[in-house]
Amino acid sequence: MSEITAEQVAHLAHLARIDLSPEEIDHLTADLVQIVDSVAKVSEVATPDIPATSHPMPLTNVFREDVVRPSLTVEQALSGAPARDGDKFRVPAILDEE
Amino acid sequence: MSDLIKLPAATLGAMLSEGSVSSVEVTRAHLDHIDAVDADIHAFLHVARESALATAAAVDARRAAGEELGPLAGVPIAIKDVLATSDMPTTSGSKILEGWVPPYDATVVARLRAADLIPLGKTNMDEFAMGSSTEHSAYGPTRNPWDLERIPGGSGGGSAAAVSAFEAPLALGSDTGGSIRQPAAVTGSVGVKPTYGGVSRYGAIALASSLDQVGPVSRTVLDSALLHDVIGGYDPLDSTSLPSAWPSMAAAAQAGLADGALAGVRVGVVKELNGAGFQPGVTQRFEETLALLTAAGAEIVEVSAPNFEYAVAAYYLILPAEASSNLARFDSVRFGIRVNPEDGPLTSERVMAATREAGFGPEVKRRIILGTYALSAGYYDAYYGSAQKVRTLIQRDFDAAFDKADVLVSPSAPTTAFRFGEKLADPMAMYLNDITTIPANLAGVPGMGLPMGLAPEDGLPTGLQVMAPAGEDARLYTFGAALEQLLEASWGHTLLSQAPVLTPTEMFASEEGAV
Repeated sequence: MSEITAEQVAHLAHLARIDLSPEEIDHLTADLVQIVDSVAKVSEVATPDIPATSHPMPLTNVFREDVVRPSLTVEQALSGAPARDGDKFRVPAILDEE
Repeated sequence: MSDLIKLPAATLGAMLSEGSVSSVEVTRAHLDHIDAVDADIHAFLHVARESALATAAAVDARRAAGEELGPLAGVPIAIKDVLATSDMPTTSGSKILEGWVPPYDATVVARLRAADLIPLGKTNMDEFAMGSSTEHSAYGPTRNPWDLERIPGGSGGGSAAAVSAFEAPLALGSDTGGSIRQPAAVTGSVGVKPTYGGVSRYGAIALASSLDQVGPVSRTVLDSALLHDVIGGYDPLDSTSLPSAWPSMAAAAQAGLADGALAGVRVGVVKELNGAGFQPGVTQRFEETLALLTAAGAEIVEVSAPNFEYAVAAYYLILPAEASSNLARFDSVRFGIRVNPEDGPLTSERVMAATREAGFGPEVKRRIILGTYALSAGYYDAYYGSAQKVRTLIQRDFDAAFDKADVLVSPSAPTTAFRFGEKLADPMAMYLNDITTIPANLAGVPGMGLPMGLAPEDGLPTGLQVMAPAGEDARLYTFGAALEQLLEASWGHTLLSQAPVLTPTEMFASEEGAV
């Protein structure tokens, strides 16, 4: 059995920036134990001599010409923002007081 | 109900071209049918009635002025809500993007418009394409037109239900682990996951970038081929787009209709994708399909892909890992909703966490946490690193199999459509629905789903999956069109002609429990 604790799930939720209720953490802990037990079988065949594949069709050095091309206007870029201040995204305080 | 909605896109395109029907008539017939049945089916999250009719009228005017238009000009289409549309809300089935109208079109959407198709609206899906039933949509599930108490598959249940309920002749889908092929199987429709890189992902809201692929959804193989020709090909805006030149998929499908198209074709049956756990009616229809293929001159060969056994496990490490990174963009700053925490200081970090708590559903949270775990220091090599090695092994299995066979076949899904709620409480049971479709995504090879008959025990559709080597999408269309012709000749009708007729009254009665 995987050793995944509620404490660990709370920490993961913090890293992933999702507030979770204690009930959600309990549910997710149970789910994660079950899922991780199932997926851990990948290690049975993943021996050191097998190279890893990150991408199905390896393409390298995909460049374009270094020229200006059309892009979003400021209005378009800001059109979906929950809050704006002139031509900028408006955000809550970046730094905590601590 | 107008007969126009029953016609394949290819036929509608020909009629529009010869002027026997107008795009406004065709579009209105579909919109009227959506009005009549979609309250029950819920395939659509947004219907663009006004703009669809205006676009149709503009296409009619250009045709009347003598302009030469493409083979699908004036034909309506539904678009999965994972694709950015500059004139329609795009939510990916999530509350976090409720009401968002993107400032640009996905490349595939731009190509639809350039080919003069008529966008009807956006189709429902599991939130961020995470699911196999549409039960994880934040806007409520889509219902299967064959049985309203059952799931239409997922994540693209909305697109599959839209075409199988005759609300649209064509739709766009996206397939990360089977989200086009599994819904096709359980709704009796056709869908194709192209070779990875064959169709642009620009403007497709990313789930798992190394697995996602956009593709066509339809009722016939030829219709999917025609749509594939419109959306496919190199796109400089997607750095994973393949620069290859592609043959006409429509021509490939037409070639399949010729006599003898299946003679000598080596059809590989993947031993590991046809065994325990498959519903008897699915297995029966699969065996019968193999017999039909043999009778048509194809050669059935058994192939083994021993590492497919590890595909689901590898997938549920790679997908959550990539998704947890991709979904970090939902930070309550640039798009989507913003929710402030109930108390405490308003910092960016705390607002982001409160927004994601309110905006993401349970499956999205589950996969983000799982992905964060799989990528954490100390676990990375054991989980994510090993999963990437399994990916190599699965590619090798495909290489070996394609040495012996031209195409590989399996059932598209282990069962027919299940009932709502049946697998919702058990994530692993839900994940195992995609056991047959996931290997193709891990290896990047193309796969097609097409109907192979109704399961005798429940009268619901079963689907066949066909896979070809990377880049050989045309082979799928030739084979698929040939087999579709063979199956329909053996039934004496199309599969979807057997679906229950949907009418508003009947729906109402069945919901009320009246006669």
